[in-house]
Amino acid sequence: MKKTITIINEAGLHTRAALQIVQAAQKASHGVWVSKDDQRADATSVIDLLTLYCPKGSEITLEIDHSHDNQIFDEIVSRIENGFGE
Amino acid sequence: MKLSHGLKMALENNELMNASQEIVIKGIGGSPGICIGKAYIVDREGVDVVQQYYLFDSDLDAEIDRFKKAVANATKEMEDIIASVPSEYHEQLYILETHKVLLKDKKLYDKTCTMIEANKINAEWALKKVSTEIRRVFDDMSDSFFRERGADVAHVTDRIMRNLTGNKPQEQIQDINKRVILIARDLSPAETSQIQLHKVQGFVTELGGKTSHTSIIARTLQVPAVLGVTGAKEVITSESIIIVDGTKGAVILNPSDDSLIEYEEKKSISERRRKHMMRFSSKPAMTPDGAQKKVMGNIELLEEVVSVLDHGADGIGLYRTEFLYMTSNELPTEDQLFENYREVADLMYPLPVTIRTLDINGDKKAGIFNGHEETNPVLGLRAIRYCLKRPEIFKTQLRAILRAAEYGNVRLMFPMISGVKEILAAKKLLDETKNDLLNDKISFNGDIEVGIMIEVPSAAILSDLMADYVDFFSIGTNDLIQYALAIDRGNHDVAHLFQPLHPAIIRLVKTVSEAAQKKKVKLFMCGEMAADPFHVPILLALGIDEFSMNPPSIPSVKSIIRQISTENMVPFLEKVLKQQSPDEIIQIVQDTYGDLFKETIR
Repeated sequence: MKKTITIINEAGLHTRAALQIVQAAQKASHGVWVSKDDQRADATSVIDLLTLYCPKGSEITLEIDHSHDNQIFDEIVSRIENGFGE
Repeated sequence: MKLSHGLKMALENNELMNASQEIVIKGIGGSPGICIGKAYIVDREGVDVVQQYYLFDSDLDAEIDRFKKAVANATKEMEDIIASVPSEYHEQLYILETHKVLLKDKKLYDKTCTMIEANKINAEWALKKVSTEIRRVFDDMSDSFFRERGADVAHVTDRIMRNLTGNKPQEQIQDINKRVILIARDLSPAETSQIQLHKVQGFVTELGGKTSHTSIIARTLQVPAVLGVTGAKEVITSESIIIVDGTKGAVILNPSDDSLIEYEEKKSISERRRKHMMRFSSKPAMTPDGAQKKVMGNIELLEEVVSVLDHGADGIGLYRTEFLYMTSNELPTEDQLFENYREVADLMYPLPVTIRTLDINGDKKAGIFNGHEETNPVLGLRAIRYCLKRPEIFKTQLRAILRAAEYGNVRLMFPMISGVKEILAAKKLLDETKNDLLNDKISFNGDIEVGIMIEVPSAAILSDLMADYVDFFSIGTNDLIQYALAIDRGNHDVAHLFQPLHPAIIRLVKTVSEAAQKKKVKLFMCGEMAADPFHVPILLALGIDEFSMNPPSIPSVKSIIRQISTENMVPFLEKVLKQQSPDEIIQIVQDTYGDLFKETIR
């Protein structure tokens, strides 16, 4: 399952935002990935997410390896779409 | 000025040939004053010099275990630090929590383990390789705020490295128990939170500038600091006696006897003057003819409240609120802001606290505002313009201020107002915020004074119209002078033309003063112009009610105010207003009030 989403919060996909994604992704039983352009980051790593470099306006794609993690997928999508509550 | 390679070489040679050669290194003055004492070097060399060796297959598991143990210890250390930081330091806590998470980040932790196994190398070497690779990715980023996250990875790596190499606990920064001068590359918030700050005589750092965290801490503690001294850790020897001149921005190594005597004298003279003035600082600033003026403090951090009270301030005339927005890449929450404002208001009560709403500008660019580069940020989207464009961010701050106003004597001040429309728009949002709080059933105090900064020339010119909508004006001279004279103080070629006593500035202030008097609006001044005792006679003649400044300047300004009668200043002012140049105005002040300034430190 995948979905392309735009980063809308001012700070972009920053430390605090990355932490939110990591905390959700760590609950998944299979892989959770965030990709931008041709680069792919492991959603359970803050460093990987930060080095993907997604300032405000970036188009990113969230992807999960297994439908078992659908709920986590939805949770991360809504966090990104809500601008991480900022 | 950077210490050149040549100078370093010269120093090394001198150490061999003549150990007592005096050397002066230039830096940026981060906090004024002089101190003479022993250097204490805060060591963070771990990452650069690491042992590198290959291992037998049979040793790899044990090596990985050793690495994991080091991370576990590092995690434990972080937890201890987190537990020791008071909960009101939300920002520092958040940074520390992030570092704790990073310790176990896959890209660092798992990758180092894999690297040990795949390359058959020791843990220090593997960790260095992995962290260098990560840092390289960060260093390549174009956005400075993202780029600086690489420093977080470096801090975390250092901590693991220290645990791997078994650095001795006595080198820990929290164990410093002598009065020393700290020498460091840079001090992270994690480190400054651990230093017994009252034991530090002064600071010298390789990085940082006037607005850095170290500089603010040093000014708050009133200890001298020289920042931006490249190579300081290499050229300064631990335990050696050095002189730090934070006023000039210089560090003197191997000081000669003459220098030691000269600086001891300078230090004691300035301390004696300070003490003398401090003794009277809490007395009111009343002129001989009985006009009661107020002398207030400008602050940026909660911690500075102590300094404001110690210097006998009559309140806070300017609380700059940008810091909470700048320390992190995230916006502060309403509760974080509220807690901070509440504490300042509470500590100062019953004295007033003037909270200026968010004023991000070219100097103080917060990471969160790096959406796009502005070619001319000082004339760009900053302060009230930014807040009106992002009402949700503005309202969060207004809510926090209104809530905090229940706990003290709070005034609200809008920065960078250039016309009536902006006041109306800001006040409309303020009213909406009050309604929101009512609807949310959250208690607050809506009955507070609302004023504006007069720092854009158009606001000064229109002050008679503005006066109908506000309780007070506060003239922000730094920006007013910059905008009115078209002078960038940071530009060495024109900085000398930044003249507070320029006839145009005096006339602008007079325009504001007349409007304020006519419409019965209080008139304050909160720029650096107000902090110079030499300007006090003119400002009194112009009818300024409140002077707000950096806390250490309060005693001397109060002392001058107590000596100048405001009766019959009209002829003096009229004479001043007729002059064509700043020099002529300075001469008139000198001729009329010169006797007062002989004993004052300027």
